[in-house]
Amino acid sequence: MNAVLFASDLPYWLQSIFRVLGGLVAVLLPAGTVVYLFLFKMLSFMQSRLGPMEAGPYGSMQLFAEVGKWLQKEDIVPANAQPEARIFKMAPLIVLASTFLLVVVVPFGPDALFTDFETGIFYALAVSSISVLGILIAGWASANKYSLLGGLRAAGQLVAYELPMVLAVIGVVIQAGTMNLQQIVVAQNTGSMFGWDGIGNPYVLTQFVAFIIFMISVQAELSQTPFDMPIAESELVSGYMTEYSGFRFLIFFIGEFATAGVFAMIASILFLGGWGVPFAWFGWTTIDSVDNWMNFAGPLILFAKMMALVFFIMWIRFSSPRLREDQLQRFAWKVLIPISLVNIMLTAVLKVAF
Amino acid sequence: MAKPKVPGMFKGLGVTFATLLATAKNGADTVQYPHEKETPPIRARGVIALHEDNCTSCMLCARSCPDWCIYIEGHKELAPPRRAGGAPRKVNKLDRFDIDYALCMYCGICVEVCPFDALFWSPEYEYSEPRIADLLHDKAKLGEWMQTVPEAPELEAGAEKKGKK
Amino acid sequence: MTMLGDRQQLAYIASQAADARVNVELETEGMTLNIGPQHPATHGTLRIIARLDGEQVVWAEPSAGYMHRGYEKLTEVRTFPQVTALVNRIDWLGSFANEVPFILAAEKLMGVEAPSRAQHIRTILFELSRIANVSLFLGDLGVQLGAITPVFFAFRDREYVLNLIEGATGGRFHPNFDRIGGLKDDLPAGFIDETRIVMKKLRTFCDQIEDLLFGNEIFQSRTRGIGVIPKDVALSYGLSGANLRASGVDWDLRRDQDIPMAWNKTDFKVITHPDGDSFARCWVRLQEVRESTKIVDQLLDTIPAGPVMAKVPKIIKVPEGEAWVSTENPLGEMGYYVVSQGDQGPFRVKIRSASFNNISIVPWLLKGVYVPDIITILASLYFILGDIDR
Repeated sequence: MNAVLFASDLPYWLQSIFRVLGGLVAVLLPAGTVVYLFLFKMLSFMQSRLGPMEAGPYGSMQLFAEVGKWLQKEDIVPANAQPEARIFKMAPLIVLASTFLLVVVVPFGPDALFTDFETGIFYALAVSSISVLGILIAGWASANKYSLLGGLRAAGQLVAYELPMVLAVIGVVIQAGTMNLQQIVVAQNTGSMFGWDGIGNPYVLTQFVAFIIFMISVQAELSQTPFDMPIAESELVSGYMTEYSGFRFLIFFIGEFATAGVFAMIASILFLGGWGVPFAWFGWTTIDSVDNWMNFAGPLILFAKMMALVFFIMWIRFSSPRLREDQLQRFAWKVLIPISLVNIMLTAVLKVAF
Repeated sequence: MAKPKVPGMFKGLGVTFATLLATAKNGADTVQYPHEKETPPIRARGVIALHEDNCTSCMLCARSCPDWCIYIEGHKELAPPRRAGGAPRKVNKLDRFDIDYALCMYCGICVEVCPFDALFWSPEYEYSEPRIADLLHDKAKLGEWMQTVPEAPELEAGAEKKGKK
Repeated sequence: MTMLGDRQQLAYIASQAADARVNVELETEGMTLNIGPQHPATHGTLRIIARLDGEQVVWAEPSAGYMHRGYEKLTEVRTFPQVTALVNRIDWLGSFANEVPFILAAEKLMGVEAPSRAQHIRTILFELSRIANVSLFLGDLGVQLGAITPVFFAFRDREYVLNLIEGATGGRFHPNFDRIGGLKDDLPAGFIDETRIVMKKLRTFCDQIEDLLFGNEIFQSRTRGIGVIPKDVALSYGLSGANLRASGVDWDLRRDQDIPMAWNKTDFKVITHPDGDSFARCWVRLQEVRESTKIVDQLLDTIPAGPVMAKVPKIIKVPEGEAWVSTENPLGEMGYYVVSQGDQGPFRVKIRSASFNNISIVPWLLKGVYVPDIITILASLYFILGDIDR
């Protein structure tokens, strides 16, 4: 059954089609759900209103209406950006591409995965920084001062927060002893705490500091509110997105929320046990003994964990004002990085000690 | 300096979450406009209604309007006498009474200065038009609004006498 | 430099030093950034020309007048009742408060005084419009700093106040309820009870905003020590209202002058803050909303019975003369200098609106700050475009 569903015996072209479709679903479905559930509904309820109610039951078709609206709009290129219009038009695609590259290494079940990279987390952190290029290009090519400021801020911020993120992940990698995301999931679900394996060993408990740092960095990488100065509607109008309209803006928009979804998936894999349930519940010992139905249940479990994390990301986004650029940098370099270095040291010492 | 300490931010998170729960439980503070409507207060200045029989085309309203959006034309006419054998009366007949709601700033001075109680405020508000020229309401249309004019509200305790309108 | 606190002294020196540094150190060619006329942070069409070095402002200058509507000239060809309808539109968020000083000036010229019930109701509506105005500021402040939720709370709770104003006057935004000699009408039944309920809601709103925004460490780090106005500078630029009180000047026209309004019959605190920074300005406004709700509550208890209109002729002719009346409006001191030559309309009206003077300090204040702080400072100064350009 695995073979049919996950296409390892099919011809290459059919495999590719399955993977492309799977990738689209894995990126767009969480993005759409996140936008509807959190951006439309949770935000509205937190502000004592109902949000969109007209399109479909409880406004559930609103997103399709919005996409339709954006697709109809004119694709404007500012006059000063005309000489390099190709670069201007390319930028949003680069941003979205990094999201798709990111989802490649995410495991959804024991066999439901796109590729099984040995250095999966390393790869994920590396491709996630490609989006910086897209944003920088967008800011520069727009020939707009606000966009330029936004692009530069974004570059500074994303580079600054890449570091604590990597350092936070190192703690997990040390504890799991592997960089393979699939094996990190297995290590958490087969693990035990003080001999008790009732809930496995999710690293959110042992690596709590790293988890907090990782989530803060994710918030910054996604430019969500305490760290949203690259966009900063009230200062820079919309930062690097100011000059984009129509479907190019839509791509930025999808990119933002799809990346939120994918980063939340990676966080739940690293810290919450990913697609798995503690293997002891069903008497499994290794990944090969996991029952086949986990290939269907796994994605749902991962999805639920992802939603829980996105809930926190969005909740903080909706309730706090934004920092200033220099305060943000100071926070990254003077607070997060030293703490995560200490965390790595402690983890290494404890790993050796036990 | 920029270190977010926990308590202040958590309070803010608490406020938004409490509002989320309250909205889910008690419903939103907004109304879904085309489906449900709020009733405006009695005194709301929505649209001006004209009681044509009372109008003597004295032009006071047109003159006192700050942006001159009332257009009046009239002529004098002989009406049959009240008593048999009397002389025919001269009455002012209203030919045109237009209010241009594209210009009107809803100050209510015309309603106030009218000495014969021919103009009234109605709280009706749904009369937007796709064409700006259609906002010029003529005598007939202004007369239709008369049906929507409410009674003047009761006054608060301690008020000296009934208001005029 | 008299009577300066240590904190203010330091801030003043720091700003002078920033000036000098900017002039000496920076050899690079700056970038000129036009903030406005169309910009989300300018509440309309204020334009600020800023020369930047990186994200630091070297020089900034506000350029007002994109929305000039010529009120001073318009009043010359309108009668007194018509002018009341016009001046509503100056500070459009607290419009009832705009009518009051003009009507008081005209009454002063005519030598009439409104009955005490009318004075009470005027004061209640004045404070309601202050609450409506400043509560929107509190929400808008959040948006300027990137928090999107407070503004919806502000719109939600301001709506209750606007409903009260509409119920009493007929107009949500432009009441046009004041008449020379009193008020157009008495309050509708039920107004007092409803107002009490709404004032309670507004106090809850203040608590919510305080928890959501003022207690937030990010908010504090964005506003504390940003845009410090020392006491003497504030006075020399002619600031008024909460901007002045936040610099530690104990000055409130509601308390300090004797005009026929009901404030002197109530007991309220004038809020001041020693710091003079953005946080102080916002905090003073928040506390003032609370004080205003208390003033309204007290006035509702003591509202006397009687007429709301003094004896005035039907066609109003104001005798020859000149009068100046100013009141403590939501944005600061607002005054009218009315010159009459015995006609139905004024001969000349000079309008002193608070925002115009309040933004005159912007070039001094913006030197050496970062681009995000421009927004913080502008938001905390709180201007309304109609009030700047008139």
